[in-house]
Amino acid sequence: MKKLLGIFGIFLFVFVLTALLSDRFLESYNLENLIRRTALLGILAVGVAFVIITGGIDLSIGSVVCLVGCGVPWLLVKQSCPLPWALALAVIVSLAVGLLHGLLIAKLKLQPFVVTLCGLLMYRGITRGFTGDQTQGFGTEYKGLRQLATAEVPLPFVEGFGIPAPCLFLIVVAVLASIFLNQTIYGRYLLAMGQNEEAARYSGIRTDRMVILAYVICSLTAGLGGILFALDVNSAQPGSFGNFYELHAIAAAVLGGCSLRGGSGTIMGVIFGAGLIQVLRNMITLVDFIPSHIEYAVIGAVILCGVMTDETVKRIVRRRLFSK
Amino acid sequence: MSDDAPRRPWLEVRGICKRFPGVTALDGVGMHVNRGEVVAVIGENGAGKSSLMKILAGVQPADSGQIFLEGRRCQLASVEQALRLGIALIHQELNLADNLEVGANIFLGREPRRFGLLIDKPRILRDSARYLDRVGLKLPPTRLVGSLPIGRKQMVEIAKALSVDARILIMDEPTSSLSQREADQLFEVIRDLSAKGVSIVYISHRLGEVKELAHRVVVLRDGKKVGELRRDEIDHENMVQLMVGRQISQFYLHRPHEPGEVVLTADNLRTWAYPHRSCSFALRRGEIVGMFGLVGAGRTELLQTLFGVMPALGGSVWIDGRKTAVRSPIDAVLAGLALVPEDRKQQGLILDLTVRNNLSLTSLRRDQKMGFLNRARERELARDMVRLLKVKATGEGQVTRLLSGGNQQKIALGKWLALHPRILLLDEPTRGIDVGAKTEIYSLMESLAEKGIAVLFVSSEMEEILGMSDRVLVMHEGRIFGELPRAELSEQRVMRLATGQLPEAA
Repeated sequence: MKKLLGIFGIFLFVFVLTALLSDRFLESYNLENLIRRTALLGILAVGVAFVIITGGIDLSIGSVVCLVGCGVPWLLVKQSCPLPWALALAVIVSLAVGLLHGLLIAKLKLQPFVVTLCGLLMYRGITRGFTGDQTQGFGTEYKGLRQLATAEVPLPFVEGFGIPAPCLFLIVVAVLASIFLNQTIYGRYLLAMGQNEEAARYSGIRTDRMVILAYVICSLTAGLGGILFALDVNSAQPGSFGNFYELHAIAAAVLGGCSLRGGSGTIMGVIFGAGLIQVLRNMITLVDFIPSHIEYAVIGAVILCGVMTDETVKRIVRRRLFSK
Repeated sequence: MSDDAPRRPWLEVRGICKRFPGVTALDGVGMHVNRGEVVAVIGENGAGKSSLMKILAGVQPADSGQIFLEGRRCQLASVEQALRLGIALIHQELNLADNLEVGANIFLGREPRRFGLLIDKPRILRDSARYLDRVGLKLPPTRLVGSLPIGRKQMVEIAKALSVDARILIMDEPTSSLSQREADQLFEVIRDLSAKGVSIVYISHRLGEVKELAHRVVVLRDGKKVGELRRDEIDHENMVQLMVGRQISQFYLHRPHEPGEVVLTADNLRTWAYPHRSCSFALRRGEIVGMFGLVGAGRTELLQTLFGVMPALGGSVWIDGRKTAVRSPIDAVLAGLALVPEDRKQQGLILDLTVRNNLSLTSLRRDQKMGFLNRARERELARDMVRLLKVKATGEGQVTRLLSGGNQQKIALGKWLALHPRILLLDEPTRGIDVGAKTEIYSLMESLAEKGIAVLFVSSEMEEILGMSDRVLVMHEGRIFGELPRAELSEQRVMRLATGQLPEAA
């Protein structure tokens, strides 16, 4: 709970700061966009949070976004595949990717970093291969489908502002993830084995299955994110679509309190982490005196400060606990 | 052996105290070491030997007390400082880099250099050969340490200590993983060093060794020095009397049990520790079976194989007369086994979880409601268990890390009791915990056996083995070397089996 307060505090601070520095920030068009981007990143970040909680990492998210995000319009438009088939295939492919990562990591004991780094390279290469490196999009068709990402749900008493549709997806994903993590025995197992995998195994927990599950969840949310991203931008370039998304998602999860050593993290925190990153990016675009090409430097510095503060606070708390 | 080794006080400590949460490890201990003297420090496990040695070697500071070197007051705040003053600790777990050569290990961190940058390899070879010679080790300094047997590694450690001009060597159970021949070589080196003026502080619970080597014996019990024996007073009876100092019967409330039918049979089980040796034994309902053996005899590996943590290399396990394949701990749990592992901080508990979450971890599966946590049941279970085990904690929500060793151990045990196992495997169940918690664990073992649970416990504490067991299995180098019923238990018999000697006739 205290942890949540920390990330919420930083989020609020940056939010207010941006509002003060730019009068365009609070315009409803900008806020809608901000929420949409937060939701899309949030979905990826919630997924990777599961992997990080087990003490692992998934670097392939951006490439899975690309694979699915380019694959679905390619199937629909270029291959004239029926919509249900295309969506089913997207789910199957995401599932298979997660399963592959999980099996390699849990059964063959390969390092998560290496396995998913290879994934990062492979899925992008495969996508560029089957698309012929051509930009994929839905063109002017599939208007209804695109509403899933582009629509705004009007609020009853607010004029000219609606909740972007991806936000609803995020809410569903977040609620499910929260319930899974906090209310089921499997969530408890994940947290326990993230703290100490050996002790979890000695307690009769099938730790390898839990690892596989975490990677499957992560790839599934990456696939979902890929479809929504593609619907949103309607123009997915296989060479660049989804680049760096895994790093943004990991950063959001870490800001939200998921220790890369595993064992901790809350879904709400991860969502605020995603929000913080998107507000920062928004700030850099809107505020004139920050050159927009230093975006990554700003984001990197903010994450570093966040993690440093977190670690310092933790150390102080620990010292106080032990001196009692 | 030179009984008249030169007697000049070299190191003296007075009033050393060291407390850990819940335990007083050392309580006003004083001792001295003369030049060229071999001083043995003996005592039961948990008597404070290792704490005292760590303080002398600068590994951890004392809470209070004074240290004098050649009569001058000094501080031992770090290992480096102790080394500078000539005190070196030869670790139980050897501190060598397996991937480096012998010479490189001896000079690790103090490599002689050429041009201030490059390692002067010829000099390393020359100098390390000299130190190896002093410990009677005939091997080229270019050998990889990883390729040496453990006894030789120990010699390399000693050579390393000599190379920094150590004048006091502290050896913590140096023979625990050595063969008899390797141990004899070590004794040879110790005598030789002693004759050359190097002092040795020697910790061991092998009294035969102590008798053979020591010029003087210091006995610790429950963190206090309870006595000292001069060379001519060192014999088995005197040492045991000082070490134990209490009637066994008042500590171990052993009640004879009526063993029931066989619940577990291991048939030619082979483990990774000794791939070519096999173990066969049976456990019965309601009996407490002790398993004794020297360090490295393969006891822990046997328990871990039974519990499915390590795969068996061969043989079979029968539970309730049915052949049971245990491939992972969950298989063992479902078959009614529970294991409280030796390393409670790493394997037995998740220290950063609360007491409640640790206690419930094993039974979440059973108490689930279609995959969902049953929090009411979890709270109730934790409350009951904390009360039953008399866990001293501020509440079930306290982080387990903050509890004392004894209370942590109760939780490592308690997490299994909720599952009502039928076979309970305990690996060193009282290691590093205070006397109060020990007695509580003992009486718990008793009451579990009375309820018909088969209890198999591994212990390195002879007293505990003699006091608690209905039957003792003794392991030696990977096999069950002998079995003794309670009526035939004696320290000598158990020790003979543990050291690989057949029991004396009659």
